[in-house]
Amino acid sequence: MTDLAVAPCITIEGASKIFGSAGGPIRALESVDLVLENGEFVALLGPSGCGKSTLLRAIAGLEPLSGGRISVRGAPVREPPAGLGMVFQRDVLLDWRSILDNVLLAAEFEGRPRRELVGRARALLDRFGLGRFADRHPWELSGGMRQRAAICRALLCEPSILLMDEPFGALDALTRDDLNLELARIHQEGRRTVVFVTHSIGEAVHLADRVAVMSPAPGRVVEEIVVDLPRPRSLAVRETPAFAAHVAHIRELFTRLGIVRGQA
Amino acid sequence: MSERGQGGEALGTLAVLAALLVAWEIAVALLAPPPILLPAPSAILAELAAAPSYFGRHALFTLGTTLAGFALSVVLGVALAVATIASRLADRLVTTLLVVTNSLPKVALAPLFVIWMGTGAAPKIAIAVMLAIVSIVADVAHGLRSVDPDALALARVHRASPWAVLWKVRFPNALPALFVGMKVAVSFALVGAIVGEFVAGSMGLGHVILVAQGQFETVRVFAALTVLGVLGTALFGLLELAERLVLPWHVSQRIGRKA
Repeated sequence: MTDLAVAPCITIEGASKIFGSAGGPIRALESVDLVLENGEFVALLGPSGCGKSTLLRAIAGLEPLSGGRISVRGAPVREPPAGLGMVFQRDVLLDWRSILDNVLLAAEFEGRPRRELVGRARALLDRFGLGRFADRHPWELSGGMRQRAAICRALLCEPSILLMDEPFGALDALTRDDLNLELARIHQEGRRTVVFVTHSIGEAVHLADRVAVMSPAPGRVVEEIVVDLPRPRSLAVRETPAFAAHVAHIRELFTRLGIVRGQA
Repeated sequence: MSERGQGGEALGTLAVLAALLVAWEIAVALLAPPPILLPAPSAILAELAAAPSYFGRHALFTLGTTLAGFALSVVLGVALAVATIASRLADRLVTTLLVVTNSLPKVALAPLFVIWMGTGAAPKIAIAVMLAIVSIVADVAHGLRSVDPDALALARVHRASPWAVLWKVRFPNALPALFVGMKVAVSFALVGAIVGEFVAGSMGLGHVILVAQGQFETVRVFAALTVLGVLGTALFGLLELAERLVLPWHVSQRIGRKA
């Protein structure tokens, strides 16, 4: 037990991924090394197509690596490890299920009786302001509400690791801010390990303990930036010089990598 | 579609039908063709009214074989469709089998079924199944396959069993396609039943038509056709109603109901 508590949550060593395609092999990841401690919030930040989603899917056991290895809690990942929650860019709510039943889907997939988790599902919905919509269907809700329900679904079975693949990418700026704050609160309370894929520098700096900046394909982690801003971080933290310094640093990095052209 | 829109549409259809019947009646009265060629609608109605139990008995037989054939093709068709997604080998087998049976004119196989199964209900049901099953398998297999890949990823992340994926994701996802397939299949099952009755036997509306044709009782042929038309429309309508009850969540059912 002590070993488990001390061991890193996720270890990525020399991870590489090559996709075969009609136009020849595509190198998506190239010797990625990254270690995530328990309870840490790490953002994978990079331009689209840099392999950050592939890396996230590899951690989830959804995508086999071409080389290198990933361990979760000390065990090599071959199939999805236990205790995961995942949020996708789209909410992936099933149209034929009510919001409550969509949240409970996670329990049903894991073979746990619904009765056990109905109370928790309702509590989660309440907390995300969806209590009144438990019996509605996904198509009756706005995009932001739908994504909130998807987060409830990911949290239902108390995952120790939360994997998020650009979860707020399709939302408007206001909803996005709101959900960023909500996510930060969840992380504060639950002490879950969170891997958060994003291409928004501001979002990464605002949320993460550490930002792993990835290069364009083939994806590598070019720099890890520790974000030492105090928590809890309100939206106002974005106006502070420390925040601006982090953002400027990463933007400069992107310019050097040729991702952002023009002024540094 | 709103309730009112649907009601209006049904009313419109009825009005068009009534107008056609009136035109037919007037044309027959004015042109007076020999009844052996074209009887008036009123004569057809009188024929039906004169022997309701006769038409009822035969219609019931046709309805029975149609429903049996339809039900069997839904059950077998769904099972085969599930098999096609469960294994590549089953997929090959089923697809090949369907392509082969589909390329044969199944009407030509009807006499063979009579040799094998006799002149009772069995060969009619078998022909109905052969005609109806193709659209069920094709549509359901398509529905089972076209699942959001992220939904499958979600199931894997939560370590769902294949059974749970089939039952909770793939099957509900295929329900709209199943209804599309069933609406086609029910008409085909009716055709299959009639074809079976044409070939052999002494029951069913197909048999009525065949016998009446032999005796040049054109009115009776039209009367049987009328019953067939009503049967086919009613079966289709029942499926549409079931679809609306079962799939309130599907896009095709939501149009105009909710912004």
